[in-house]
Amino acid sequence: MTHLSRRSFSGLFATAAISTIVAPHVASGQTRPRLVIVGGGFGGASASRYARLAFPGVDVTLIEPRTSFITCPYGNLVLAGARTIGNITHSYDGLKGLGVNVVHDWVDAIDAVAKTLRLRGGATVGYDKLILSPGIAIRWGALNGYDEAASEVFPHAWIPGNGEQTTLLRRQLEAMPDGGVVGISIPGNPFRCPPGPYERISMIASYLKKHKPRAKILALDAKEAFSKQALFIDGWNELYPGLIEWVPSNKDGRVVHVDPREKVLETEFGTKHKVDVANVIPPQSAARIAIDAGLANDTGWVPVNPLTFEAARAQHIHVIGDANIGQPMPKSGYIANSTSKQAVAAAVALLQGREPPASPVYFNTCYSHVGDEYGISVVGVFRPGSNGFVETPNSGGVSPRGPLAERREQRRLEALHADAWYASIVKDAFG
Amino acid sequence: MSTPRIRVPAAAKAGEIIEVRTLIDHPMETGLRRDARGQPIPRNMLSRFTASLDGEQVFAARFANGTAANPALTFHVRIEKSAELVCTWTGDNGQALARTRTPIRLSS
Repeated sequence: MTHLSRRSFSGLFATAAISTIVAPHVASGQTRPRLVIVGGGFGGASASRYARLAFPGVDVTLIEPRTSFITCPYGNLVLAGARTIGNITHSYDGLKGLGVNVVHDWVDAIDAVAKTLRLRGGATVGYDKLILSPGIAIRWGALNGYDEAASEVFPHAWIPGNGEQTTLLRRQLEAMPDGGVVGISIPGNPFRCPPGPYERISMIASYLKKHKPRAKILALDAKEAFSKQALFIDGWNELYPGLIEWVPSNKDGRVVHVDPREKVLETEFGTKHKVDVANVIPPQSAARIAIDAGLANDTGWVPVNPLTFEAARAQHIHVIGDANIGQPMPKSGYIANSTSKQAVAAAVALLQGREPPASPVYFNTCYSHVGDEYGISVVGVFRPGSNGFVETPNSGGVSPRGPLAERREQRRLEALHADAWYASIVKDAFG
Repeated sequence: MSTPRIRVPAAAKAGEIIEVRTLIDHPMETGLRRDARGQPIPRNMLSRFTASLDGEQVFAARFANGTAANPALTFHVRIEKSAELVCTWTGDNGQALARTRTPIRLSS
């Protein structure tokens, strides 16, 4: 009996000793939920930071191949010469400092059944909930003649990557002789940043007016109308009279073929426009990882639940940012930021067996610079509806129109508000 | 109103169905709108489009108030022999306002 009890005692002691050593590991593997976020743009960075701040009990891993992030917003100001690439480059150190496990690697495959990711570096990463914020891919070849080689001559400058495309377009503008023609090809909807092409036209015009006043912009558009159109056209008439020609699709503006060797943009009815520099903003889809994982439908974008952002085609994968089907919400950094928080809160609630937060509100503001001290904006407020997203009636709107003489202060302030918006959203996403 | 635009292949095989794209600049004013001073904007509409191959009508369309400015039409025709495609846009008043003549050659 004594012998037995002594054995039992020592046995118990040994068990206890082992569990003190092993317990933290077992606990983190079994009870700390693993939230893995793929893509370190506005959506993924915002999701990472918010998850860390709001749910300290959750392990947060961010997988992003690049070691710094160059924003699309304000890239057009680099073309104008008003910013440098360095001004719009942000590091992941703030997120690391908050305790986000940042892994710089590509995700090659998602196994939605095993809930694992295979990384290009060879590692396998398991998740309990996955937030996928991969952004867009260019549909190479969807516009006849526009492949990766063509983009070395006719830059798209639409996915910043390491900044090369934006820098290339800027160098081409600088090298162009005065009197040259800058062609811009604009795709049909949907595409990343609806007002982006028109801010770009404005910022290139701002540069040309100062440095090459005899140059022209020929903007060939696959659409008949665009975001903040009346405001942009007012601004162009006021600031750059005669410099910009915008050709809508119903005036043969749709580019159907590009020829980088001859420097020609050819439109639907066979008009061949000879240009000196061309910026081809190509047709787009959700990024490749979302397509390869079978999450996109035949539009090339990912349908999601508007309350949780869970993909319609896979459980435990929430898709945010430009890759999802969010209309009437725009594909913007602000929407990616705003919706990332609901996606994270919903994913964590579902993990813990709770209902996702009810009645979320998604905000968007898109500021555009039209010229120096000349900003305009559009505001939208959206909610989940029974079938997709719904814009809240009478909630947003665009800047007031009116002659510059009467609106100068409004335009000057909106340009300042745009700068403040940029600083705020970068801080909210990257810390 | 500017010259209408037509896009067709220059040549087609016998029996091939080709796509014809047309576009014409036209305001398509319904007469129901008013200008900034409240004055009615006069009606100015295209009402009809026809296409023929060597005189034989192969496609026709009627336009009405719901038709957008700068109407674009895309349709398909079967090519049996080299022929001239004639497209005609007709105004409300029955007058032909624009006509294009495009040869389509039979390829071997």
